[in-house]
Amino acid sequence: MLNLREASEHAAHVDLLTGAFGLLVLVLAGSIFVLIFAFAIRYRRGKEVSREHAPNRNVWLEVSWSVIPFLLILAFFIVSAKMFFTIHEPPADAMPISVVAKQWMWKFQHAGGQSEINELHIPVGQPVRLTMTSQDVIHSLYIPALRLKQDVLPGRYTDMWFTADRPGSYHLFCAEFCGTDHAVMGGRFVAMEPGAYARWLAGQASGGSLATEGAMLYRQLGCGACHDSGASARAPALAGLYRSRVTLADGRHVVADDQYLHDAILDPNRQVTAGYDPIMPTYRGVIDEEAAMKLVAYIRILRTVPGEHR
Amino acid sequence: MSEAGLTNAPSEGTAPRQTRAEAQSYLSDGNSLRSWLLTTDHKRIAILYLISITAFFAVAATAAALMRLELLTPNGDVLTAEGYNRAFTLHGVIMVWFFLIPSIPNVFGNFLIPLMIGARDLAFPRLNLASWYIFMAGGLFTLSALIFGGVDTGWTFYTPLSSHYANGNVVLALAAVFIAGWSSILTGINFIVTIHKLRAPGMTWGRLPLFVWTHYATALILVLATPVLAVTLLLVMAERVFGLGIFDPALGGDPLLFEHLFWFYSHPAVYIMVLPAMGVVSELVTAAAHKKLFGYWFVAYSSLAIATIGFLVWGHHMFVSGESMYASTIFSFLSLIVAVPSAIKVYNWTATLYKGSIALNAAFLFAMGFIGLFVMGGLTGLMLALLAIDVHVHDTYFVVAHFHYIMVGGAVTAFLGAVHFWWPKMFGRMYNEVWGRISAAFIFIGFNLTFFPQFLLGYMGMPRRYHVYPPEFQTLNVLSSAGASLLGIGYVLPLIYLFYSLRNGETAGDNPWHVTGLEWTVPSPPPTHNFEEAPVVVNGPYEYPLSHDSSIA
Amino acid sequence: MTIARHEPFADIAREREADRLGMIVFLASEAMLFGAIVMALLALRTFEPTAFAATSERLILLAGAANTAILLTSSLLVAVGVGARKLDRNRLAMALFAGAALLGIAFLIVKGSEYRAEYLEGLMPGVGPRQDFASPGARMFMDAYFIATGLHAVHVIVGVVLLAGCAWRLRGDAPPSVVGTGNVGLYWHLVDIVWVFLFPILYLSR
Repeated sequence: MLNLREASEHAAHVDLLTGAFGLLVLVLAGSIFVLIFAFAIRYRRGKEVSREHAPNRNVWLEVSWSVIPFLLILAFFIVSAKMFFTIHEPPADAMPISVVAKQWMWKFQHAGGQSEINELHIPVGQPVRLTMTSQDVIHSLYIPALRLKQDVLPGRYTDMWFTADRPGSYHLFCAEFCGTDHAVMGGRFVAMEPGAYARWLAGQASGGSLATEGAMLYRQLGCGACHDSGASARAPALAGLYRSRVTLADGRHVVADDQYLHDAILDPNRQVTAGYDPIMPTYRGVIDEEAAMKLVAYIRILRTVPGEHR
Repeated sequence: MSEAGLTNAPSEGTAPRQTRAEAQSYLSDGNSLRSWLLTTDHKRIAILYLISITAFFAVAATAAALMRLELLTPNGDVLTAEGYNRAFTLHGVIMVWFFLIPSIPNVFGNFLIPLMIGARDLAFPRLNLASWYIFMAGGLFTLSALIFGGVDTGWTFYTPLSSHYANGNVVLALAAVFIAGWSSILTGINFIVTIHKLRAPGMTWGRLPLFVWTHYATALILVLATPVLAVTLLLVMAERVFGLGIFDPALGGDPLLFEHLFWFYSHPAVYIMVLPAMGVVSELVTAAAHKKLFGYWFVAYSSLAIATIGFLVWGHHMFVSGESMYASTIFSFLSLIVAVPSAIKVYNWTATLYKGSIALNAAFLFAMGFIGLFVMGGLTGLMLALLAIDVHVHDTYFVVAHFHYIMVGGAVTAFLGAVHFWWPKMFGRMYNEVWGRISAAFIFIGFNLTFFPQFLLGYMGMPRRYHVYPPEFQTLNVLSSAGASLLGIGYVLPLIYLFYSLRNGETAGDNPWHVTGLEWTVPSPPPTHNFEEAPVVVNGPYEYPLSHDSSIA
Repeated sequence: MTIARHEPFADIAREREADRLGMIVFLASEAMLFGAIVMALLALRTFEPTAFAATSERLILLAGAANTAILLTSSLLVAVGVGARKLDRNRLAMALFAGAALLGIAFLIVKGSEYRAEYLEGLMPGVGPRQDFASPGARMFMDAYFIATGLHAVHVIVGVVLLAGCAWRLRGDAPPSVVGTGNVGLYWHLVDIVWVFLFPILYLSR
């Protein structure tokens, strides 16, 4: 009946935490149940039993039954907060995968440009980082075997990272109610041995890497007219932009991360770089989230290959 | 609010007092429909609420029955996807705003607070009636949303699903909740003012029954949290109707802002449901044990502590929403703190039973059921407050099970406990005690069978709001649906024997349970003006003769 | 209409105390209502500081400032009027309340003309010509502005009705009680205070 598959070390830790807390629940709840039953039977009305000196207050008792369980629970709080921080700090070498959710499907795009729908194949033993956004309403990517879940919001990037360590095929769900077909917006999460994963990847059609597709879009949309290094400097240069510090027109500083690049494309006048006029047209409604992700992927590699691209 | 008092009060003051024999029961003081619909008597208004919320409960329970039926098999056989979505939205909206929130406060708070503090009515009787009409107007909006095809957003109305994508009658449903909110606010104002200004001579704060304390705390939440919900729903309506974009990312808005505002109300709303239930149980436990409540001040102040801290924990509904991880950590910590005052109450109830003289009647069985289910709900709530566990079980059946333990296992069980305890006072008749115990047992067993499997389902990873699911979850779902039918029997039984008792029950007498409390010093059912003379209070609550009363059966 | 009344109070003084407490609790509720709006405005301002400041300049500062002066003056009249009622100088109180109600109407007229100008410019959501905003943030600012000031205007209308009603009854032999006039005064002060928060957040954040 109980079917608990663990696909990562984190999952095992969560189960351990839950089990340990379950024991505490049993002790705390059990003692109350036993006492209530014992009192209800021993002191039931009509029964001859000593009821002398029944207390009706005791400050020390009150303090101890408030503080002691709380301290016990506090220990659990610390452990769980530490785990929570870990799942929010992806290692730098994590394999990036882009995720776009829309009513009612998941689209996963591997760095090499291979894309899949409602299925996510990943290699075991390798940290994987999902950068996710939604095309319409709020969704939530939930992989029970990893004990992980993250809401996927429209207009915003959220992250989830994990290292699966047990090959197998697991459930993948949408956990945030998203409309009519919410219940079928899911599929499979497939963790594979690295070799098998490489073979699977090779067998998938790819129209070039995500960044290459981004470069194509960059040309099609004519971004280069302003952003190319040769262009009369009407717009900030993009090479080396990713993860650099940008000074905005209103004097604030921001780090040019994925979210910043996304917003700069879709909502350019929100954060105008210092020294430039707010002349860039908005691309909201012109391109979808998937295209935005490709452009972001392209700008990302402009860091490593400055100047020349393709 | 009151200028009529200028002319009325003196003449009433000089009118000859009715003698006890002449005092007419509030039930027989006018039999026309008009005398009920225009009444300003808090007791009659309580009965109006009792009838209306029972009807709402029946509608929402039917939706739940449909859902449990659908979930018997992994495929969608009974309902379409859309039908199922509409069923759970209806179930949530009606149960939360048209049953749970008004249940104990508006029925028993209305009926009992003036009686318990020795007053003739609530401070603003006409406002009280107005709030019932507002509540019913909200109810009509809900039913019209249902009749015109339903709503499929879930009771949480998350944007942008509710503002742009859902195609049901979202605006009608939002308006319904918005209107019902104003009823809550007016009731809250009435309770606060009544408790401050209408206590009988000698009824100090330290002599208030705990039921009154918890309602005071509840009223504070009603007054301070509900307006935030009102504004939030107004903004969603404006988005849907006028295309505003406060919560819509496509227009530069922020859906997380909606979640923050929504939960700023909706978390305290949980305490609106459960605090009055705790008040009821405090009364039931002392009445059954014939003993002073253990740690009166701890229990009294813990209500205020819950109401206060309850305003600071809303972010624990948003651990995986994209909220900052530091904010989440703080909310997690505060959520663990709010458990302390709840735990204090449970321990004090338990300690009250020690050396008591405990009557194992139906009302007490419901109270015991409450404590057991509330403890389970509360402790699993702590599990959900732990960040790493919540990331896994958030939005799964684990959460569904948890809040049903609190709301159905807690609030509804306490509501039924209150019905059984105060029924003789309200209607002057005794019901069949044996049937009362049977129904308490059915509800306790049926409830656990329905909702315990859902903890396991959730931990295994079954998300909520799914009408089709992977086949491996079927066994537990079948178990849960089977439990739901037992639970259903448990809920129908009281309707039958309580209704039967209205005509055929034994006459109750003033104080059938031999308990303390001003409400038991007046006839059952109480006369229209409650007290012949304003009572003078000289004792604290729950002053029972020390032990040795085992002779009273 | 005859509604059966059960006067719960033993004496009038107690009832007046209850009326006052009821009003204060109600105002606390109202404060939370606008508190939520103000918090939302401040949150939006943190997300979109540039758009917020830029769009704020499209509001008519002069009208906003004039309205602030109007409301503050009317609050002063109400405060003096409540004092006059306490001293049983009901004619004076009536004049002051009527004056405050007129100022409330003046506020609404100014606000209405502002709305009209904004409507013609296409800034109003949902109706009329709709212009393209420079950014979603700008549009959101205008939306928030209409929601906040619209909800406030509804409260001004209620307040004007209360003030006028109070003034009307102060004229005759059955004037509203001291506490009653005080309650109307308190409500009007809340309306005023809310504006004192909205004005800088919306008009002055340029």
